[in-house]
Amino acid sequence: MEDNVIAISIAVLGGVAVLAAAILYVVAKKFKVDEDPRIDEVNELLPGANCGGCGFAGCRNFAEGCVKSLEGKFCNVGGADVMNKIAEILGGTVSAPDPKVAVVRCAGSTACRPKVNNFEGAKSCAVVAATYAGETGCAFGCIGLGDCVTACEFGGVSINPETGLAQINESLCTACGSCVKACPKGIIELRKKAAKFRKVYVSCVNKDKGAVAKKACSSACIGCGKCAKTCEFGAITVENNVAYIDYTKCKMCRKCVEACPTGAIKEENFPPRKPKEAAAPKELGQPTNADKVEVKPEPEKIVLEKKSDNPNAN
Amino acid sequence: MSNLLTISPSPHFKDKPTTKSLMFGVLTALIPTFLVSLYSFGIGALVTTLVSVGSCVLFEWLITKYLLKQQPHIADGSAILTGVLLAFNLPSNISPFIVMFGALIAIGIAKMCFGGLGCNLFNPALVARVFLLISFPVQMMTSWPKPIESRLSYLDAVTGATPMAAIKAGNLSLCENANFLDMFIGKIGGSLGEVAAIALILGGIYMIARKIITWHIPISIILTVFAFAGLLWLIDPSQYVNPLYHILGGGLLLGAIFMATDYVTSPMSATGKIIFGVGIGLLTIIIRLWGNYPEGMSFAILLMNAVVPLINKKFQPARFGAPKTK
Amino acid sequence: MKLSTFKIGGVHPSGSKLSADQPIKVMPIPDTVYIPAAQHIGKPADIIVQKGDKVKVGQLIAKSSGVVSANIHSSVSGTITAVGPVPDPSGIAKMGVTIKVEGDEWMEEIDRSETLDTNVDKFSDKEIIDRVTAAGIVGMGGATFPAHVKFTVPLEKKAEAVLINGVECEPYLTADHRVMLEKSEQLMVGVKLIMKAVKTEKAFIGIEANKPDAIEKLTELSRKYAGIMVVPLALKYPQGSEKHLIKAIMNKEVPSGKLPIDVGAVVSNAGTAVAVYEAVMKNKPLIERVVTVTGNSVKNPSNFLARIGTPVNLLIEAAGGLPEDTGKVISGGPMMGKAATNTDFPVAKGTSGVLIMPEELAHRREPEPCIRCGKCVDACPMGLEPYLLSVYSRKKMWDECEEHYIYDCIECGCCVYSCPAARPLLDYMRLGKSTVMGIIRSRKK
Repeated sequence: MEDNVIAISIAVLGGVAVLAAAILYVVAKKFKVDEDPRIDEVNELLPGANCGGCGFAGCRNFAEGCVKSLEGKFCNVGGADVMNKIAEILGGTVSAPDPKVAVVRCAGSTACRPKVNNFEGAKSCAVVAATYAGETGCAFGCIGLGDCVTACEFGGVSINPETGLAQINESLCTACGSCVKACPKGIIELRKKAAKFRKVYVSCVNKDKGAVAKKACSSACIGCGKCAKTCEFGAITVENNVAYIDYTKCKMCRKCVEACPTGAIKEENFPPRKPKEAAAPKELGQPTNADKVEVKPEPEKIVLEKKSDNPNAN
Repeated sequence: MSNLLTISPSPHFKDKPTTKSLMFGVLTALIPTFLVSLYSFGIGALVTTLVSVGSCVLFEWLITKYLLKQQPHIADGSAILTGVLLAFNLPSNISPFIVMFGALIAIGIAKMCFGGLGCNLFNPALVARVFLLISFPVQMMTSWPKPIESRLSYLDAVTGATPMAAIKAGNLSLCENANFLDMFIGKIGGSLGEVAAIALILGGIYMIARKIITWHIPISIILTVFAFAGLLWLIDPSQYVNPLYHILGGGLLLGAIFMATDYVTSPMSATGKIIFGVGIGLLTIIIRLWGNYPEGMSFAILLMNAVVPLINKKFQPARFGAPKTK
Repeated sequence: MKLSTFKIGGVHPSGSKLSADQPIKVMPIPDTVYIPAAQHIGKPADIIVQKGDKVKVGQLIAKSSGVVSANIHSSVSGTITAVGPVPDPSGIAKMGVTIKVEGDEWMEEIDRSETLDTNVDKFSDKEIIDRVTAAGIVGMGGATFPAHVKFTVPLEKKAEAVLINGVECEPYLTADHRVMLEKSEQLMVGVKLIMKAVKTEKAFIGIEANKPDAIEKLTELSRKYAGIMVVPLALKYPQGSEKHLIKAIMNKEVPSGKLPIDVGAVVSNAGTAVAVYEAVMKNKPLIERVVTVTGNSVKNPSNFLARIGTPVNLLIEAAGGLPEDTGKVISGGPMMGKAATNTDFPVAKGTSGVLIMPEELAHRREPEPCIRCGKCVDACPMGLEPYLLSVYSRKKMWDECEEHYIYDCIECGCCVYSCPAARPLLDYMRLGKSTVMGIIRSRKK
């Protein structure tokens, strides 16, 4: 009797197993999708962050795209290493675009951009941007609720609790562009990645007239054009009351930083200037001494912090 | 004007009820039931309820504070409610350690493991009850203190059968002679909160009047049970009992009014709620009549809890201006 | 008798109609007016005046720039001092015209007499629409949809009835209520004109039961005007929404994505009907409107007839000044109005009220976890699932948003109003709705 039960159980379960296997086999055969095996290989190499920085919906889509044609495709996150390996599999060559890094173009910290109203609502920059001008008098600046922070797959963006502004951790930034898309104010820009993350940029996008902008934020670009006149390489243009430095032309001489009366132009990750060098331009821009003193210590501080970061990145 | 103007997207106007006021509204609705259970089971009822509420609140506080490292919000009353409902689902002579264990299951496993308030799939108090039912069958199923008589005793209470156990034992004659009035006012054996039909119904009316719950779930459960049990009774009265007996005996009213209507674990739309109620009603009778356990309500609710996501997906609310396609 | 209303969802906020008994007061003409070029839904009007120009009351200063756009006229006489940004409640200055007031000289063709002119028959339907177009009339309930577009019934469609919205379901606001009481005759003639313009013999004036005086007065008057019927409605927000008014009065549902005219209805606000009367019979463009200034701590909640472009702080001054404990200033009603960053913004065609909320009412509660109580689902007058849509929008799951009909959302705020956990449901849904609408539009191209 007992044996019988065991035998029946084995038979029934075994039968179910065989039947299920048969069904699986048939289904697998019938619904098999023919796919280039190289897509899988390429997909394996990709970082798998699905950040969308390449313009494709995800890593697998990018892999499919690469298999079709490598031309113009580049994965910023994986970098040249990954792309070279992909090129080995697929044949052909990859052309690496200039390496880039995200830059937050707003210096309107809580200290220089006073709050004029109090927002209560969903903690989302997009919601604020759709509702009204924002908590400060500047309708163009960083809202500071961190849509870019959530957008970044690599933990490379954070909101500085002191300034209330978004800041990029350059060593984690892969230039995928997610934050650029997420920012409803269009503040974040991908700019050329120079050695040691050095950069010179206009940290303001305020299109208001000078007086209005200055009233809302003490570090706003007032569109005075002094920087454009100073620039020897024609890299700076002033349009809609705001200056822009073309990073393809900029030679990082940093003369514009000296010339800017509001400190809206930032230099970052440069070694501290020698006192002599600093003294000379000061005479040129005398009326704005007070502003400059405030602005200057900032880049130096960052230099110190970043020094420890850089070895990890390289 | 001294302050900065506040800016927020519309609307700028808000109805009064808050999560807290809703939870305390349910607790208020449970007061009559508690009074009846005090009257029937005395000390046992008081001790069990206090232990249950105390341990639920304590566990919630400990877990949020030390495991999740968040700010605990005990004040919203949801842990208190879970505690009361758990106690109401237990016999009054149960050991306080079993109650505490139940509270740990309810809060720790059924609620917090899923992500806390609003995220749990199953009704925490019922998960705990079923867990205890399986782990401690003797204490949970066989020794029900007799009402009134055992008012002054706790663990050593005189015990007797509950109406549902009587059916299971095939003791139909007892059911035939049942006094519906006794069942209505709570003079029967059973767990703390299930014995007094009148008090539960009062609580239900209060909650519907204050718009804490809608009528859909309780009414659909009760009607389904009545119709299904009634049909069987009409077919063969010698084998099946009067449907009223099913409604008044056991945890049906407690379940229909207070457990199944739990916000988190019930469907959203009106149609969904009715489907949910009908499902619970059918399953309850099926388990009660043909299952192993005398009481089917808690299993029925838990089973239907599991399909709530499906119900929500399938039975969306009636849409304004939906294109008529058929 | 059971009053009719719409069926699905809706909420019952307390009325708080503080200014219901206050007769309309005429605001003095301010020293300077700011007239924005975008006072309607659609394209902003093209400004046709320059700095230094002299203008008269009723002179065209900005021309309709497309199909959905509207003319804008000067509301005062004086000199244009600037063509450029003017204050806006959002804090983002908008394009407009600043006029320094000098005297009060009107255009000659405007009939300023108070005599009632009921001779509707002297105009053809086309003439009526032309005059409405010229006068720059827009929906004055707050949506500011250009009226002439609504009144131009497409050839293949037929208007069955004109629905006049006298519901004013927003708490606090009383502008329409006072207009219905004090300009009843003009309203009736205005309705007649709209009926003629859209070629129908039937009109219903829907009024909620909390305005018994208006219901009585208009019912009395309607005996003189064939085809116009006053329909008292049960109190329920958002009955003033076009689709829900049609449902309440005609028991017809405007299908998703369709317009009221698809079920044969042309809906117009009570204030708009009076403006139509003035535009057609008196040749007077839309240069002034009734604005309710109210709030629990406002000294004298009032209804003002103010010229378009009057800075709102003058109105607040006239109502007793900005209270010390002000926490929020809302342009519009408490359910759909916009919180303003300042009180300098001007009265526009769609400014139905200014609501001042004291500090203790100005704040939202801190959001708590969703307890899935389903109150938002019960409250949604469109039968949507706000709890779900807000999560999908927050997580940018646009496909799912579309599958759950986010584009049907009318942004009435019932979900947030009813949410016991104070979740910002609509904040996210609005975002989801605009994104999904954008996706749908780009797909059609």
